Amino acid sequence: MNGRVLARGVAGGRALVLDEPLSFWGGVDPETGAIIDARHPQLGASVKGRVLVLRSGRGSSSSSSVLAETVRAGCAPAAILLGEPDLILAVGAAVAEELYGVRLPIVQLGLAELAGIPDGASVSIGEDGEVRVS
Amino acid sequence: MRLVVRAAEALGADQLIPITRAHVDSCLYHGEATIDFVERLVEGSAQVTVPTTLNVGALDLLHPELWRGDPRVAERGRLLMDHYRSLGCQPTYTCAPYQLAHARPGFGEQVAWAESNAIVFCNSVLGARTERYGDFTDIACAIAGRVPDAGLHRADARRAVLVLRLGPDIPAELLDDDALYPVLGIVLGRRAGSRVAVIDGLPHGLTEERLKAVGAAAASSGAVAMFHAVGSTPEAPTLDAALQGREPEEVATVRLAELRAARDELTTAGGGAPPGTPIGSVSLGTPHASLAELRAVERELAGARPGPGVELLVSTARSLLADAEEEGLAPRLRALGVELLVDTCSYIAPILRPTPLPAMTDSGKWAYYAPGNIGVEVVFGTLRECVRSAVEGRVWRDTDLWGLA
Repeated sequence: MNGRVLARGVAGGRALVLDEPLSFWGGVDPETGAIIDARHPQLGASVKGRVLVLRSGRGSSSSSSVLAETVRAGCAPAAILLGEPDLILAVGAAVAEELYGVRLPIVQLGLAELAGIPDGASVSIGEDGEVRVS
Repeated sequence: MRLVVRAAEALGADQLIPITRAHVDSCLYHGEATIDFVERLVEGSAQVTVPTTLNVGALDLLHPELWRGDPRVAERGRLLMDHYRSLGCQPTYTCAPYQLAHARPGFGEQVAWAESNAIVFCNSVLGARTERYGDFTDIACAIAGRVPDAGLHRADARRAVLVLRLGPDIPAELLDDDALYPVLGIVLGRRAGSRVAVIDGLPHGLTEERLKAVGAAAASSGAVAMFHAVGSTPEAPTLDAALQGREPEEVATVRLAELRAARDELTTAGGGAPPGTPIGSVSLGTPHASLAELRAVERELAGARPGPGVELLVSTARSLLADAEEEGLAPRLRALGVELLVDTCSYIAPILRPTPLPAMTDSGKWAYYAPGNIGVEVVFGTLRECVRSAVEGRVWRDTDLWGLA
């Protein structure tokens, strides 16, 4: 699959498919990578090193900072695959790259393509938004 | 400027347009990355080029003794707030800049606002135009004085594509009560996601406080950046105006059962916290309380004080607190045992007295985030229910507005 690149990079990891949108602020503890949104179905799961698959971000405009902080703390997802463009997450990744030299690719896919990625699958992301699932 | 261009690329804009103001949320400490970023700007001698207000920070700079957490974190939070001031931003430290006369943009004005509830209010209630800007982008736009010509800056994107009709089973008394509005916001956020919706069937001429409650909750449960309420918001004098004369993508009806379920989900305390459940604290003013809301707290207290061991805290903007001091309202509230917090909010900072008992709030947003952020159980109610409950030290419920209890 080829998606639209919101933040460039090369990465791979196991998919963590979220059942509902997630706000990084108030939703992820940047010091551990754990999902802390008490209302989220995947409460307690860790985003660290995973290819995070979600339809969209949600709510808070502070999520850029929290995403950058997960990168600084070494608890960021390996990559993020989204169903909608998300400026707030894209900017968080851009700033993390600028400050820490770590690239966290964010790619927008079609909703059907996104839905076809099974939880736990091995996913790799290429420089130009190429997404491979195995 | 590089960040603004990056944002333009992400939004698919082919040009930048000038803005008249900005509201910056980046001054809230989320870890060292936030300091690392602003220090780059400070080292480069950057300055904002448009009048720029600041959102809440990590601590109440006027009452720093209220902080109960790690003092090192407080110091980093204060440093971040100071850094943003040094970039030329005004030290307003409020999440409700629309309540400050000098910061309110006019209809049609192009601005760059961050803070999800402020974004919704700006677009929906003021009719000014902002995209959903977040940390880093907000200050980048304030320095550049420009934003990508995309999204809600353009008239066509402001068209409602979802119509939410209020069902005939919703009692008229509920439509006319503050209780409805944060709950309706939660439902709006779930239904709309990031789409622009128009709500049809509400009383016309809703107060700014009610519209604020809808927007703050909708931007918590969804990624809502704008909504219309027919007869209340300026781009929706009629349903057709909100739709810009076109057909909606979806028309849905919100029924009482959905509202009641959303209301119930806002309470996380065990068993739904029936009347009589002991509470440890009450937190009001999320988003920051207006003067009208501060007066309502005094009115509902009616001379009574919070019960023994119960904390009653109201968050507001420092400039509104100054107004409340001047008119004698703030001293009267304090004399009754009300704690007034400025510059920050009680769900992002360790402020509330530790207690194993649940906290009560009238805010859909506070109810949504506090359990994850500060680890409290929440009881949701109206401002009146919250204040009376604080006095009694246990949950007090108004007569049932929601149909069968």
